[in-house]
Amino acid sequence: MFTLQILVNGIVLGCLYACIAAGFSLVWGVLNVINLMHGSFIVLGSYLAWGAYNSLGFSPWATLFIAAPLFYAVGYLVQRGLLNRVIAAPVLVTLTLTFGLDLILNNAMILAFKADYRRLILEPALGTLAMGPVVVPVDRLVAMVFALVLTGVLYIILRKSRVGRAIIAVRLDRDAATLMGVQVKSTYAAAFGLGAAMAGCAGVLLALIFPISPLSATAYLGKAFVVCVLGGLGSVPGAVLGGLLLGLVESFGAMAFGPEHAVTLSFALLILFLIFRPQGLLGKRGFE
Amino acid sequence: MNRRRDVVLFAAILLLGALPLVGEPYTLRLGTFACMYAVMSVSWNVIGGLAGYPSFATAAFFGLGAYVGGVLLTKGATLVVAMAFAGGIAFGGAMLLGAVLLRLRGHYFAIASLAVAEVLRELTNTATDLTGGGMGLNIPLGTSTVASVAGEASFFFLAMWGLLLLTLVVVVAVERSRLGFGLACIRQNESAADMIGVNATLYKSLAFALSGVFVAMAGTLYAGWVHYIEPPDVYDILFSVKPIVMALLGGLGSTAGAVIGAFAFLGIEEIVWRNYLQVHTGVLGFLIVALLLFLPNGIVSVGRRIKALRARHV
Repeated sequence: MFTLQILVNGIVLGCLYACIAAGFSLVWGVLNVINLMHGSFIVLGSYLAWGAYNSLGFSPWATLFIAAPLFYAVGYLVQRGLLNRVIAAPVLVTLTLTFGLDLILNNAMILAFKADYRRLILEPALGTLAMGPVVVPVDRLVAMVFALVLTGVLYIILRKSRVGRAIIAVRLDRDAATLMGVQVKSTYAAAFGLGAAMAGCAGVLLALIFPISPLSATAYLGKAFVVCVLGGLGSVPGAVLGGLLLGLVESFGAMAFGPEHAVTLSFALLILFLIFRPQGLLGKRGFE
Repeated sequence: MNRRRDVVLFAAILLLGALPLVGEPYTLRLGTFACMYAVMSVSWNVIGGLAGYPSFATAAFFGLGAYVGGVLLTKGATLVVAMAFAGGIAFGGAMLLGAVLLRLRGHYFAIASLAVAEVLRELTNTATDLTGGGMGLNIPLGTSTVASVAGEASFFFLAMWGLLLLTLVVVVAVERSRLGFGLACIRQNESAADMIGVNATLYKSLAFALSGVFVAMAGTLYAGWVHYIEPPDVYDILFSVKPIVMALLGGLGSTAGAVIGAFAFLGIEEIVWRNYLQVHTGVLGFLIVALLLFLPNGIVSVGRRIKALRARHV
């Protein structure tokens, strides 16, 4: 009975992790860029939800429709203006560049919002839902559903839309895609924009559940890392599977070893995966 | 050309040793940090610059050294013994870990090395009996041989300076040796290096261990110097990133560049700290971005660039 509750908690958490990681995984897989700003984008999305709710009265679900185009535009411009200049440089350069950008963004958020924790409190509260012995807060459930929908939308965009097919083509073989007339630079920018939009939307949803502070950016970034490595790079189903795995491992690990070891456990899992299955659960070898 | 630069570098650093004769405590503090940063960037350059592996493990080594050394100092060990122990543990640990982690390349290696610091920090945090956990660890006064405040400042400056000299001697010797040559081969084409008989796993592990041993010793010195350490302080991810920025600032792959980069970085950091306390991380980020976009080959390349410009205009 107790186990069932933990299972449900793990799944709810896992769906949110999938949403956090899907955009990160897309950028990493397609551009071979680790976007260290991802965590700060998420937190910025949370602030957007908080501000929109408290000053304009927009519900978080409505804010999603503002956040997606806004963050897409920001991501597109960052990639177009800055990252495309060094995209061919070694790993170290792009990694350090996004680190520098993250320092700027995070410092700006601390100045703008201060480092203290805030909370988005819905009026009236949504209460909890009891299904037999299992109790789930409704806000978490709603956030989970939206997270799944968002991840599904990203999957459909990548599968069906023209820009999505271009992104996949560039990921598979950049040179061949260029020869077929795909504009690589704007495709990169679109991929980065989609990644940023996913981060912003994930932030809006997380505002319902977790306290908001610029300091949580690194924690979110860490989750995105682990999920990507567990699930495999650049694939949406991989992110979902990796997210669920991490959510379950954290929930059950916290029960077995105590919550203070949850982070160590997830990083230990990360290192094990890196060593024994670096392509992730759903990844293909040589495709990274 | 390279040899001449090394000689000039050594002369300049030897000269720096005279700082306690003229400096006040503030200058000495800056000097100690300058030497500590240089130890870190020169060490990182062995794995990152020579072997071409983007390691983010510097913070792990630094924190490990600070805690191993710090705990030993509280148990009454002398500073030299504590440093030797910390260095030895970092070397051995890095050899073992390197054999596993260095099978990964690119981003994967970068993240795995980053995760090492996270895991060590969490372990340090939870081993409260030994390390004090989140409450931090107080290291007793009197680890130096002198009692006065000014005397202690000079003592730790000279210790850090000596460590920098030791690091430089070892690293320059490695660069010139068979090991250095093998590492350069690995950077250029690892599979080819493997084919012609370079023992890539051993060489990479040695490079990783060398990038850790002096940083761990610097961690012990830091612990003895500031008398109080806590996990978020010594396992700070910025300790992993700063050496990379310094090496990039100076010019990737050259030891002289790493030292110049470390000193230049400290200078900039201090100016930013003093004048823009609220936004200093933002300014640091701005600096990193500007550096990567406009000066990707570092300060060392400025002379070459000016020459190239002149040649074009003549």
